[in-house]
Amino acid sequence: MSDAAPTASDSIPAARTDAPQSVGAAIRDFWNGLRAGDLGSLPIIFGLLVIVVIFSSKNENFLTAGNFVNLMVQMAGVTTIAIGVVFVLLLGEIDLSVGFVSGVAGVTVAKLVLPDANQTSAFVAIAAALVVGAAIGLLQGTIVAKIGVPSFVVTLAGLLAWQGVVLLAIGEGGTIVIQDQRILDIANRFLSDRAGWLLAALAIALYAGTKLLGILGRRRAGLPSGSLAVVGAKLVAFAAAILAVVAVSNRDRGFPLVGVIVAALLVFWTYVAKRTAFGRHVYAVGGNAEAARRSGINVDRVRIAVFMLCSAMAAFGGIILASRLFSVDTNAGGGTLLLDAIAAAVIGGTSLFGGRGEVKSALLGALVIVSVANGMGLLGLSAGLQFLVTGLILLAAVTVDSLSRKRLAAVGR
Amino acid sequence: MTDSPILALRGVSKSFGQVHALSQVDFHADAGEVMALVGDNGAGKSTLIKSIAGIHPIDEGEILFEGRPVSIGGPKDAGRLGIEVVYQDLALCDNLDVVQNMYLGRELRDRLWRLDEATMEQRTRETLRGLSVTTIRTPRQLVAGLSGGQRQSVAVARAVMWNSRVVILDEPTAALGVAQTRQVLDLVRRLAEQGLAVVLISHNLHDIFEVADRITVLRLGRSVGEYAVAETTQQEIVQAITAGIPAAARSNGEAPV
Repeated sequence: MSDAAPTASDSIPAARTDAPQSVGAAIRDFWNGLRAGDLGSLPIIFGLLVIVVIFSSKNENFLTAGNFVNLMVQMAGVTTIAIGVVFVLLLGEIDLSVGFVSGVAGVTVAKLVLPDANQTSAFVAIAAALVVGAAIGLLQGTIVAKIGVPSFVVTLAGLLAWQGVVLLAIGEGGTIVIQDQRILDIANRFLSDRAGWLLAALAIALYAGTKLLGILGRRRAGLPSGSLAVVGAKLVAFAAAILAVVAVSNRDRGFPLVGVIVAALLVFWTYVAKRTAFGRHVYAVGGNAEAARRSGINVDRVRIAVFMLCSAMAAFGGIILASRLFSVDTNAGGGTLLLDAIAAAVIGGTSLFGGRGEVKSALLGALVIVSVANGMGLLGLSAGLQFLVTGLILLAAVTVDSLSRKRLAAVGR
Repeated sequence: MTDSPILALRGVSKSFGQVHALSQVDFHADAGEVMALVGDNGAGKSTLIKSIAGIHPIDEGEILFEGRPVSIGGPKDAGRLGIEVVYQDLALCDNLDVVQNMYLGRELRDRLWRLDEATMEQRTRETLRGLSVTTIRTPRQLVAGLSGGQRQSVAVARAVMWNSRVVILDEPTAALGVAQTRQVLDLVRRLAEQGLAVVLISHNLHDIFEVADRITVLRLGRSVGEYAVAETTQQEIVQAITAGIPAAARSNGEAPV
C-alpha cells in the first residue's frame, strides 16, 4: 500500500504519501511508483504469467485443477521455511542451516511417533520438533549476536553439523516410515467442498473486517483514511482470487489442509512483521542497527529472537515435508531445499541487504520456483536443466532488485 | 522560569587515562534560552555533552538539575530527567517512515499488542505542527526521501516529543545548505520559545549569533567564559576560542550561577 506521488521539485516522483484519496489517485500513485523504480510484485506476476504460458502450451496437464492442487502441496514446505528466511534477511543476516534444521525436525517427529515404547502423540511430537528448532535458533543466534561471529559462518557450521545429526539419528542409508495418521494428514488431507467455501468466506470477511477497522480507526483519529473505492476494489480482487483458488481446488481433491496451515502462517507472520513492535524493531535493526540501539531497542535480543523464529519455521517446514513424503531418510532437508528457500525469499522481493521485504515474498517466490520445477518435471526435463533455469530466474530477480534499488536511491526513497 | 537554571554543571572534570578532557568546567542551560557551546576541535565539547547525556559519567564536580544534585550514570538517567541529545549523525532509520522513526523503541501499543498506528501518526502530526515543521508533507514518507534539513527536523521533533526539558543539538546545521540551515535555526528558536533549555553546539558563529542567547567557550578542556550574545562580538568569541583570552567583557561580572 506504499504508493508514490510527485514531490514539488523532482521530475521523478519520489515521495511516498498517505493512502490515496480516490481511484484515480491510486492509479497515478502506482504509475509514479513504477517510474521511481518501485516495482512491487509486478516482476513476479509477470514472471508467473510467462511460466504459465510456456508450460501450459507445452503440456496440457500443467494448467489443470489436479496439478494446481499438487503445486499447493509441493510448495508448502519451501514456503514455510522461506517465511523464516525473510525475517533473517530483513535483519541483513543469512541462515544457511534451515535445510538441515528442517531435516532434524522431520527426524524428531518421525522418531517420536514411531510405534515403539517411546511413542508420543502427534501434537507432542510436533511441539517437540518446534522446540528443537527454536533451541537450534537460540544457539546460533546467540553466537551471532553476543560473540559477533558472522551469521554466514555460524549457520554454515550449522548446515554441516545438523546434517551430521540427521545422519546419526537415522543411521546410514536408513529410512523412517511415518505411520501416524495425524502427521500424515498435515500434507495429505483435503478439505470437503463445503469446508473450502466456508473458509474462503471466513478469509474474505476477515480481510474486509481488518480493512474496515483500519479505516474507522484513522477516521476516529482525524487522519486521512483513503478512498473507500480503492479499498473496495482491493477487496473485490482479493475475494475473486480466494474464490477462484477454492473453486479450482474443489474440481479436484479440494483445498489442501496444508494450504490452510501455510495461509495461517503467512497471515500470522505478516501481522508480527507489520503490526507489532517486535516486527518494527526487526526492520529498524536491518535498516540501521546503530539507530535502533540508540533508540533503546535491545538489538541482540531482536537478532536472537529472529534466528529462533527462523529455525522454528524451518522445523515446521520439515514436519510438512516429512508428512508429504510419508517418511524421512538420510537426505531429509538436503538437496536444493536450502537454496530453494533462500531463493524464494529473494525472488519474492526481500532484499539481501536488510530492512526491505515482506513476508508475502516467501509465498510469491516459492510459487515461482516450485511451478518451474513442477512444469519441467511434467515435460520430463532433466534435473540439470531445472537447476539451470532456476538459477537464471534467481539471477534475474536479484538483478531486477539491484536495478530498482539503484533507481530508488537516485530518487531518494 | 525558576531562578536556578534547569541544568547546571559545577567544577566538572573528566579524564580518559592521562588525558584531561574536561577540568573544572562550569556550564548551565536555562529554560527558554539557547545556550551555544563553542570551542576548537578537542576543546571538550563532545565530552561535555556526552557527560550530560550519561555516556561518559563525570569523574569530579556536580551536575544540578533544577537546583538539585543528580547523578547521571547512563543514557537512561538522562532520559528520565528529560535530557535529550540529537547527535550529528541523527540516528534515523532510512527504511522506516517519519512516524515509525519518531516512535522507534517507544512504540504505542493497544490491548492486543498491536501498534497503535493511528495515535502515533496523529501525535507525530501534532508535534511537527507544534514546531511549525511544514516542509514534511506527510509523516508517512520514508526518511530516505527527506532532505538534510527535514531529517534534522525529524530528529529534533523526536527529541522534544517526550516532555523533554533540555535538548542538546550537536552540529545541527553542519551539512546543510542555506535554506535548510534557515529551517533548522528557526526550529531551534521555536524550541526555546516553548520553554525548553536548548544547548547548541556549532562551529558556525554566524548561526550562533543568530539564534543563541548566551555562549559558553571551551578551550583545552577548560571553560574560558560565558558571554551574552547581545553584549559581545564575533571577534571576541574567536579570540576566546583560539587564544583563550577570558572576557574583559565578562560583562555582568560572574555568570548567573
